[in-house]
Amino acid sequence: MPIGDMLFRSVDDSQINGVFPNTFNEYKKWDKEKDELPPEEVYKALFEELAYGEKIQIGRALTRMNYSKSGWKSLIKTTSREIKKAVKKDELPNNYKEFLITANEKWADPTFWYAMGQMVNDTTPIYYWNALDRTYDQDQNVVMQDEKRRIYIKTWIKTLKISVYVTIFCLILGFPVAHLLANLPLRYSNLLMIFVLLPFWTSLLVRTTAWIVMLQQNGVINGILVWLGILSDDGRLQLVYNETGTLIAMTQILLPFMILPLYSVMRVIPKSHMRAAQNLGAKPATAFWRVYLPQTIPGMSAGGLLVFVLAIGYFITPELVGGKDGKLIGHWIAYHLKTTLNWGLCAALGAILLGVMLIFYWLYNKIVGIDNIKLG
Amino acid sequence: MTIWFRPVIQASLQIFNMNNPSQSFVKFEKIDKSYDGEVLVVKNLNLDIAKGEFVTMLGPSGSGKTTTLMMLAGFETPTNGEIFLDTKPISKIPPYEREIGMVFQNYALFPHMTVEENLSFPLEVRKIPKPETKEKVQRALDMVELGNFGTRFPAQLSGGQQQRVALARALVFEPRLVLMDEPLGALDKNLREQMQYEIKHIHDRIGITVVYVTHDQSEALTMSNRIAVFNDGVVQQLSTPDILYEKPENSFVAKFIGENNTLNGVVRDVNGDTCTVELDNGFGKVKALKVNVNDKGDKTQLSIRPERVTIDSTNPESNNFEGKIQELIYLGDHIRARLNVCGNDEFIVKVPNEGSFSHKEGDLLNLSWNPDDVRALDI
Repeated sequence: MPIGDMLFRSVDDSQINGVFPNTFNEYKKWDKEKDELPPEEVYKALFEELAYGEKIQIGRALTRMNYSKSGWKSLIKTTSREIKKAVKKDELPNNYKEFLITANEKWADPTFWYAMGQMVNDTTPIYYWNALDRTYDQDQNVVMQDEKRRIYIKTWIKTLKISVYVTIFCLILGFPVAHLLANLPLRYSNLLMIFVLLPFWTSLLVRTTAWIVMLQQNGVINGILVWLGILSDDGRLQLVYNETGTLIAMTQILLPFMILPLYSVMRVIPKSHMRAAQNLGAKPATAFWRVYLPQTIPGMSAGGLLVFVLAIGYFITPELVGGKDGKLIGHWIAYHLKTTLNWGLCAALGAILLGVMLIFYWLYNKIVGIDNIKLG
Repeated sequence: MTIWFRPVIQASLQIFNMNNPSQSFVKFEKIDKSYDGEVLVVKNLNLDIAKGEFVTMLGPSGSGKTTTLMMLAGFETPTNGEIFLDTKPISKIPPYEREIGMVFQNYALFPHMTVEENLSFPLEVRKIPKPETKEKVQRALDMVELGNFGTRFPAQLSGGQQQRVALARALVFEPRLVLMDEPLGALDKNLREQMQYEIKHIHDRIGITVVYVTHDQSEALTMSNRIAVFNDGVVQQLSTPDILYEKPENSFVAKFIGENNTLNGVVRDVNGDTCTVELDNGFGKVKALKVNVNDKGDKTQLSIRPERVTIDSTNPESNNFEGKIQELIYLGDHIRARLNVCGNDEFIVKVPNEGSFSHKEGDLLNLSWNPDDVRALDI
């Protein structure tokens, strides 16, 4: 249900259609080849709907109109004022077109009218284009945003990149730990298991802030490196509030999600397999590579998929340690959800995230086979 | 119970490997093994195995037999002593260079490889050319009658088939020696018996040296040229199956191999190979072979096999007793009678079913036995 709602919202344009039904109806009749500006009926319908429409609904529609082209908000606001005045004086104009153009000359600017074309249908792809740094030009072609307004594609790439890195690092760090867990005598493996799970039981927020303490320029790691003489005092590393910080913190936080599936798979691989391989003449490295490793693939893929999926939508940690550069797509979803209230864009970003995940899932299924997954 | 007779035939095969240490193919020399530095799981083991021999290590769990096998395979190192293979010490050789095949308890087939891949694995790591590998794999599969199963995965095979694949894999690279660690433990009874013969036949055919570990005495008796009976980290007796059964040297072996009736007593008189034992609680005197007792006054446990006790006839010299029938079980070819003899409530006698046995539970039976069939052992 929530997913359906999100997908619906990402293309939904019905609110504005509820505010300007007649205007849009008349607008669709406008022959753009013949007339430079829309016919009188469009102006009349717009006048009436602005004059008698609900103020709150109009306000919300204005926000939507501004996504298509900036300038709509002020245009409608000034026009509305004039219309209200005229209605109060009971002076309905004879020629609505002239009235509106006098109220604001932008009504004679066809680009605004072209932009309206994006809104007249119940559904719109505009949020998806926005989520990919694209917009409409005045001829209603999809084009890239201005250079300086492009943020999403960059963030998407960064999100994918960091997720892939986090997955790889988790695998590299998690594999030996899981192997130890599965093969140490019970006393030691229980202790190790507690070390793996302990961070799990502490708040995510605490762990993230702990990383800030560790990584900041006057933090523990820089302190130790300077004390050891590896770094000079002015050469302290910038480890936090950038991508590095996000990468380090996320790897640590997501590591258990890699270790646990790996461990559960490794635990059931009989020890006799390595012995058998050596008995058959394989050196320990060959035995590991040919016999042990292939049997851990279900665990590696389960852990990898889990970590990747969690990483791609991660929010709190990159938000806190990510600074300016280390923010991921989750940041923008939250930003539009809470600050700009642009839920359409929010939903579109979310839907793309979902789509990316499904693509990876599909790829994974093609390459490894989903039946190979094993969580325990 | 017919399996008891097989070893007699096999005994004749033994002559060629009567222990000449210089000829022994595998030699354990004064092997001790301890995992924790305190308790020895294998104590002063000396064992010689001739080329082509089928030797079984038999014993209860925890008796050190698997540890011994693992030392031979190279997965455990002896605490003291040395193992020689083909006269060369092998303690320093890693398992992957020992050229010893092994069948593991749960087969240890690699689940992500097909049967063929499992079999070609040892050949691939030896860099044997592809066509030759293919041929050898096929031959090995044919040998265990699984020629058409090469492309299956182990999980698609039955327990018996997996067992055969494991056997084929242990043999395919032509090792100097094959070890088997309770390979039939996971199979059901019928299949187990069938596989015993199959392994035996393969051994006869290719003449490879086999060291086999089991806790199942009938398995050991069926297949082996010689059996080493392990208990408490020590080889109790190393012998051919018939000698183990008929001439056990101590009470553990007598009890562990086959069925055994025991009577406890004290040695009263020693006369060359024989001795006279006075049973505890004044049940009388028994003439027995002096096997594992030294002198007058020694406590001893007498061992008599159930089939060596005769009923309703008297022995001219001695060893005549009465037994009260506790339970009779009809087993077709013989009747198994549980008697109370000289205070022992679990005295078993096997009465051949000749149609003349008419006693009931509670009746008294006259029993007798030959002094040569009673062995005075340790207690």
